[in-house]
Amino acid sequence: MSGLMALTGREIKKWYKNPFVLFISLVQPIIWMGLFGKAMNLGALIPANLPPGMPNPLVTYLGVSDYFSYMAVGMLSFVVLFATMFSGMSIVWDRRLGFLNKVLSTPASRGSIVLSKVFIAVIRALVQAGIVLIAAVLLGLVIAPGFNPIYLLGVFAALFLMSIGLSALFVAIAIRSTKWETQMAIMNLLNLPLLFASNALFPTSFMPAWLQDIAKMNPVTYGTDAARQLILLTPNWTSVANDFLFLGVFAAVFAAIGIALSWRYLSK
Amino acid sequence: MTEVDEMNGNVIEVSDLVKKFGELTAVDHVSFQVREGEIFGFLGPNGAGKTTTINMLTTVLRPNGGRATVSGHDVLHEALEVRRSIGLVPQEYTADEDLTGKENLLLVASLYEVPKAEARQRASELLELVQLKDAADRTVDTYSGGMRRRLELACGLINRPKVLFLDEPTLGLDVQTRTAVWNYIRLLKEKYHMTLFMTTHYLEEADNLCDRIAIIDHGKIVALDTPTALKESLGGDIVEIHVDRPAEDGLAAALQAIPNVKQVRSVDGGYRLTVVSGEETAPLILDVIRAHNLKATRISIAKPTLDEVYLARTGRTMRDQEGSSEDAFRQRVITRRARA
Repeated sequence: MSGLMALTGREIKKWYKNPFVLFISLVQPIIWMGLFGKAMNLGALIPANLPPGMPNPLVTYLGVSDYFSYMAVGMLSFVVLFATMFSGMSIVWDRRLGFLNKVLSTPASRGSIVLSKVFIAVIRALVQAGIVLIAAVLLGLVIAPGFNPIYLLGVFAALFLMSIGLSALFVAIAIRSTKWETQMAIMNLLNLPLLFASNALFPTSFMPAWLQDIAKMNPVTYGTDAARQLILLTPNWTSVANDFLFLGVFAAVFAAIGIALSWRYLSK
Repeated sequence: MTEVDEMNGNVIEVSDLVKKFGELTAVDHVSFQVREGEIFGFLGPNGAGKTTTINMLTTVLRPNGGRATVSGHDVLHEALEVRRSIGLVPQEYTADEDLTGKENLLLVASLYEVPKAEARQRASELLELVQLKDAADRTVDTYSGGMRRRLELACGLINRPKVLFLDEPTLGLDVQTRTAVWNYIRLLKEKYHMTLFMTTHYLEEADNLCDRIAIIDHGKIVALDTPTALKESLGGDIVEIHVDRPAEDGLAAALQAIPNVKQVRSVDGGYRLTVVSGEETAPLILDVIRAHNLKATRISIAKPTLDEVYLARTGRTMRDQEGSSEDAFRQRVITRRARA
């Protein structure tokens, strides 16, 4: 336990001593929101005077009448995805710089090495998501009229589970790697597909059936759906519970895999 | 230290240790013992298996065969006990650049579960010992290579280990800093009676510092003794003589026939002879060269160094050796950081 706290403490110190990195990691989602979110103004497609009785198609598909709010919540998942990806990168660096071997020669448990990477990724993801959410509100995100501040806990709980699962997944991918170039390539291969094959930017109902099937297995879809229901819509509690169930299983399975792999591969 | 007594004073016992990476046998049936309180050196070129051996003894890598105990505990089955009793100063600069010297020490202390107050006490003692007290609260990215190396040394001592492993402790350091690191290592042995296991590919470092040396080549130990005994094992001085044109066949045999000449070896442009007394035998060698109608263009007499020992045992000089590209990368990184 002392080892886990020490290693997580190291990561937290490294993080807050480099505010520039935090700043850079926030710029990207905010630019996406400000440029992509505002430019992709789907509302412009809707005639100003809809025939009486005809529902606004945006509300039908997105649940809300402005695309910006829809995608801004998707950006929370985007932030989680990108923040957790670096948990894998940092274990490659620790290996490369010899720090990993140093830790392996101490009594600190192997599991704590992996868990410290997962924890810091979760902390970074949640802090960044919080800042992005505030930025989204400032940029014009329309919160549901029935929103209760307590729903925020639910939003962050969903993002928490998603970041546990994703960072454990990325650490598991990185655990044997000695080349950060390989790791970088894997990250670049995974990040945008994970984002596009989900409901983060567009509703899955827009997608062909095969892509919908992929999106249904993508944890990003469930994290985004839970956050969207809680922030933008009148929550459908059955579907929110379903999201949490999926995210909970995803987090538990990948955390277990990450720890199992760390026992197996950290000492070769 | 009852465990050590039971082992007849051996703190490290290694028998038939093997480590394979795929096809490559990095450590090939290595056996040796390290006695309590000695500085034991592993000497060899990059890629000889030195770091792999340290990694197995410090429980970072699992051996594929053989057995090793460190302070009485098996590295495979009692890894936790081994880890508690050892300190490691790796080849790389592992201290975190974003943290201060003191924060780094406290971090390593908590990995060893040293209680907080105790850790602070030890950290300030160690910073004093390695003369980093004034730099304790500066982040490590402001440290010079020598300061970083000293901080690594302090980090390896925070759990008061019985055995300290040092992997290439002076790699990339300038001459003065290297001498300073040697002095710290001697201090640990003399004042704290610590057992030290170190690897190096610097011959003069092994010669100056180590009580006993194992020369390792392609994963095998080819010689193991005190530096003096290793040098004496060559049987005398080294005379190297160059001649003006390629010699006829009989010359080597004629040189060998000179009294006091123990060994004759062809080298590029001439011969390298092992002789009992270089100064007295050199004129006799010149006579034989002249008798074969050759002219000596250059003659040198050297007292044996570990260089010659290495050449005699492996057939190559240390400088001829090339490590893998991964080794080369690591060394470049370390050297660059040492000079930053």
